[in-house]
Amino acid sequence: MTLKGTVHKYDRDNIDTDVILPGPYLKIHDHGELSKHAMEGIDTDFSKKVSKGDFLLAGNNFGCGSSREHAPIALSHSGITAVIAPSFARIFYRNCVDGGYLLPLEVEKSTLEQISDKDTLEIDIEKNQIHDVTNGKKFSISPFPPLIKKIIDCGGLMYYKE
Amino acid sequence: MNITEKIIARASNKNSVSSGDVVFADVDKLMVHDVSGPGVIKVFEEWSKKGIQIENVWNPDKIWIAEDHFVPSADRISAENITKLTDWANKFGIKKHFKYGLGQYGICHTLSHEEALVLPGEFYVGGDSHTNTTGALGALAIGLGHTDIAYAMMNGRIWLKVPETMLFKLVGKKPAHIMAKDIILKIISDIGTDGANYKTMEFSGNAVSEMGMEERLTLTNMTTEAGAKNGIIEPDAVTDEYIRQRTATSYKPILGDNDHYLEEYTYEIEKLEPIVAKPYSPQNAAAARELQGVEVNKAYIGSCTGAKLEDLRSAAQILKGKKVKVRTEVLPAAQSIYIKALKEGLIDIFMEAGAVVGPPTCGACCGAHMGILAKDEICVSTTNRNFPGRMGHVESQTYLASPLVVAASALTGKITDPRDVSK
Repeated sequence: MTLKGTVHKYDRDNIDTDVILPGPYLKIHDHGELSKHAMEGIDTDFSKKVSKGDFLLAGNNFGCGSSREHAPIALSHSGITAVIAPSFARIFYRNCVDGGYLLPLEVEKSTLEQISDKDTLEIDIEKNQIHDVTNGKKFSISPFPPLIKKIIDCGGLMYYKE
Repeated sequence: MNITEKIIARASNKNSVSSGDVVFADVDKLMVHDVSGPGVIKVFEEWSKKGIQIENVWNPDKIWIAEDHFVPSADRISAENITKLTDWANKFGIKKHFKYGLGQYGICHTLSHEEALVLPGEFYVGGDSHTNTTGALGALAIGLGHTDIAYAMMNGRIWLKVPETMLFKLVGKKPAHIMAKDIILKIISDIGTDGANYKTMEFSGNAVSEMGMEERLTLTNMTTEAGAKNGIIEPDAVTDEYIRQRTATSYKPILGDNDHYLEEYTYEIEKLEPIVAKPYSPQNAAAARELQGVEVNKAYIGSCTGAKLEDLRSAAQILKGKKVKVRTEVLPAAQSIYIKALKEGLIDIFMEAGAVVGPPTCGACCGAHMGILAKDEICVSTTNRNFPGRMGHVESQTYLASPLVVAASALTGKITDPRDVSK
């Protein structure tokens, strides 16, 4: 599987789910409506900037805090297909994979520094590689653990057979 | 194996497991609330569109529902979520539904222990990140998202990676001005908000043995803020007495062999100072006395973290016979705790001091409703998170502290160490 899109970079650690999808919207469960508020705690124009197939790049511990599945849903329905970060909070990571919303891609901390906002990226999931088309650099992705890969390939936990 | 590993081994029908193993484990108890419940309903609807119809859940008697985040109903959408949740509970025959305005209700994590819905040795999953709280009972308590909860509701099972365990030994005599909140804020400031990511935080030591159950629950509650998969304390006589006061149901406690830890930390409790976490991170700690010039607009005593009976008693001990200087709100974490506080005269103390006492709800803690902060407003709070916008406007600020510190700050209008207010 190869993905191609523009990356939106938020160069800070600990971007929490209150920022990704603020508390007042927790009562909403319509996916399209949630997407309008994605990243509102950090960037009120986020949903307008993102096109289908884009990526989000951020610092350590992305998605910490609340277990709200609204967070990956809002990102996914705003067009994001993968979040790239050096590390993820565990419930957010599970929600991305088990819900089949988007791919959480773990990279080296140095990768974060070498990719710029609005660069075009090509991501090869089978080869665990990111190609920054804008600057020509290539970066590796930590391979998914076997069960995670199987769940991703099935399209979510619901379609996975033990 | 340690206690967490032993519970996972039991739940996954294995003789032993070790950290890094991935297993499917049988769930003993499952919780959803008025945010994750409608979230699970939405997952079921999406599956239905794809041809997967859910006619039954694995075991309606093992599932319970709390109405806590958006009660009293904040608006039309939250009111409709409650109606939808009620219809759904009826459809699947889920009887343990703690409804707002109908006897016992309150914050889901508070109900888990207050009603002894989860017992020592059990594997409990909840649709909320602070599900970790219930690990203080000696259970494996893990927070999950809507899809995982929906899957567990259908199958009675969920996948888990066996976590590595960090052991925190709390030793020495706890001074009267120190609460479990100070201890856990200190630990989070040392290890960071991702310091326990994917890991277990287990607590032991004489200071834990000497703690009441509610204080232990504050420790495990905030393991979520260090990123932990679960927080846990081995069950003992205190646990058993707490459970026995609430249910006659028998249980099989599980104890660890105490020889299997990734890291061990020791904290000498008598050396601790009252601690406050500054905006905008629970790890951003400073001694309350270092922050005594910080003026606040509001003092908030509420949430699963800081509105249990012991929390209310501690705050009342500071507020008794005094007047608050800033807007102060006290929201007991469950109806049963409200009643106990009322009978002990605590509610009188709060109201005589000038505070508002409100119904149990998560509302203000997650910035949803029932008293949110305006731009630039500063709140000192017994809650668990202080991210940007957590309790209201994205430029409001929350300082996290113990009920003693919050009550002392309510009296002075500034962040205040409880030792610095006159008796």
